Amino acid sequence: MTKSLRFRAAVVSIGLFLAFLGTWHLATRQSASTTTMSPEYARLMGITATQGKSAMPGPLDVGAKLWEHLKRPFYDNGPNDKGLGIQLAYSIGRVGLGYLIAVLVAIPLGFLIGMSPLMNKALDPFIQVLKPISPLAWMPLALYTIKDSSLSAIFVIFICSVWPMLLNTAFGVASVRKEWVNVARTLEVGTFRRAFTVILPAAAPTILTGMRISIGIAWLVIVAAEMLVGGTGIGYFVWNEWNNLSITNVIIAILMIGVVGMLLDQILARFTRMVTFPE
Amino acid sequence: MSTKFISIEGIAKRYPQPSGGATTIFEDLWLSLAPGEFGCIIGHSGCGKTTVLNILAGLDEPSEGTVIVDGQAISGTSLDRAVIFQSNALLPWMTVMGNIAYAVSSKWRKWDKAKIRAHAQTFIDKVGLTGSEHKRPSELSGGMKQRVGIARALSITPKIMLMDEPFSALDALTRGTLQDEVRRVTLETGQTTFMITHDVDEAMYLADKIFLMTNGPGAVLAEIVENPLPKDRARIDLHKHPHYYALRNHLIDFLVTRSKTFTATTPNHDPRNVPVVRPAFTEAPTMPSLHSATR
Repeated sequence: MTKSLRFRAAVVSIGLFLAFLGTWHLATRQSASTTTMSPEYARLMGITATQGKSAMPGPLDVGAKLWEHLKRPFYDNGPNDKGLGIQLAYSIGRVGLGYLIAVLVAIPLGFLIGMSPLMNKALDPFIQVLKPISPLAWMPLALYTIKDSSLSAIFVIFICSVWPMLLNTAFGVASVRKEWVNVARTLEVGTFRRAFTVILPAAAPTILTGMRISIGIAWLVIVAAEMLVGGTGIGYFVWNEWNNLSITNVIIAILMIGVVGMLLDQILARFTRMVTFPE
Repeated sequence: MSTKFISIEGIAKRYPQPSGGATTIFEDLWLSLAPGEFGCIIGHSGCGKTTVLNILAGLDEPSEGTVIVDGQAISGTSLDRAVIFQSNALLPWMTVMGNIAYAVSSKWRKWDKAKIRAHAQTFIDKVGLTGSEHKRPSELSGGMKQRVGIARALSITPKIMLMDEPFSALDALTRGTLQDEVRRVTLETGQTTFMITHDVDEAMYLADKIFLMTNGPGAVLAEIVENPLPKDRARIDLHKHPHYYALRNHLIDFLVTRSKTFTATTPNHDPRNVPVVRPAFTEAPTMPSLHSATR
């Protein structure tokens, strides 16, 4: 009679989700009392005032709107009316580019710091000061120097995702087991071959963990960055819909941000599993 | 005197202290091994056994003195000196074949893949791991991992094999089988081998010469014991040999008492001419003071 843990967990998850939807639905039904007003005034006021409908959309409204978005994810009706798919693609593109540049900088630099105690000590003060700076604090400087809002957003993604990767690479490289390095030394393996055949595979799980932390941070930051720079992207979409007072679309955007963030994390988790070795 | 294949000449290891001065782990250490000989160092923890082995391997440098192998002073590591590490030190992301092939391709860089694999396979077969080529170290038992370590060391056909307590982490039964294996392989190939152990029985079974080190810091090589047991000894009937107890008691006496008192009781010990002892059966084999009668 006892089902697997997985099955029972799924039942609980679905139960919780339905309870959440139910509570949401009940909470956003008719709430305020309607007041009588002149028809002209009522036309200005909208359904919240005239029919007592809650300003907060219910799950059915969100569901219907979401279905609409999912049916036409890539429509483009000009700068302020693009499909959700296009907006997400812009955001993912920026994150991807900034993240890629960060990988290209952080991993070689992390190797250098991890392998050379001198560089470790010499670069440490810079890293300690630069690391805690909020990525958005760079935005004005980026806008002033780069003079392009889209590139500035990419720069912000680069600067926020570089630190976890850099530190994890340096740590992973520095803490490769001495005995593995000694094996390479006794086999007279040269520095480059040693770096690729012993140190890289040994440090790979730690490096990938850093990359996974970074992609999470990058996805958090892109929303805020796009709210600032505007134009395109899911962050801009959220801000635009807030200005349109479309809470339904804001909720849908929040949901999509969560789903895409989860997918990015899962992809990196898959890569991490691929390079992890059992001992 | 037989020819010296390995000659350790007056090496010392000192570590600077924060207060100035230096701690001497061991000093003025002289010892040598002839080609094909099996030498064991015995001593308590902290006497610098592992440091001596690391210096021989080239992983560590002596503070004083030199090591000469095959007529040349060594500097750094070399493919001529293979090391079998205490903790097997297999690369866990590679298979058994991968680990051995890595060593083979490091020695013969121009060999093609097929040749490397064929060469590695002969050594996998030699240590009895046929069929486990594609397993990863995590899928192997402790004994099998150490076999891979032995195969890896043998596969580069080194002039010397260096073993740092290779079997200390294994259970007694596995240790016994692996000792047989090592003895068979080293005799077959005429391998010069240098091993660290603190297992008296292991040393008696495997070694031709047993080097006794006093306790550190300031450890010295106290004595060289020549193994009086016949070369064709077998592990099962070793203890029936008339010299067995003489040798065993001598070694145990040293570890229990003389390793502590040696420096104080032997003021004119000459580290360049360490006494060579060959414990042998006399009238009373169980007497604990045998060593004094056998000088």
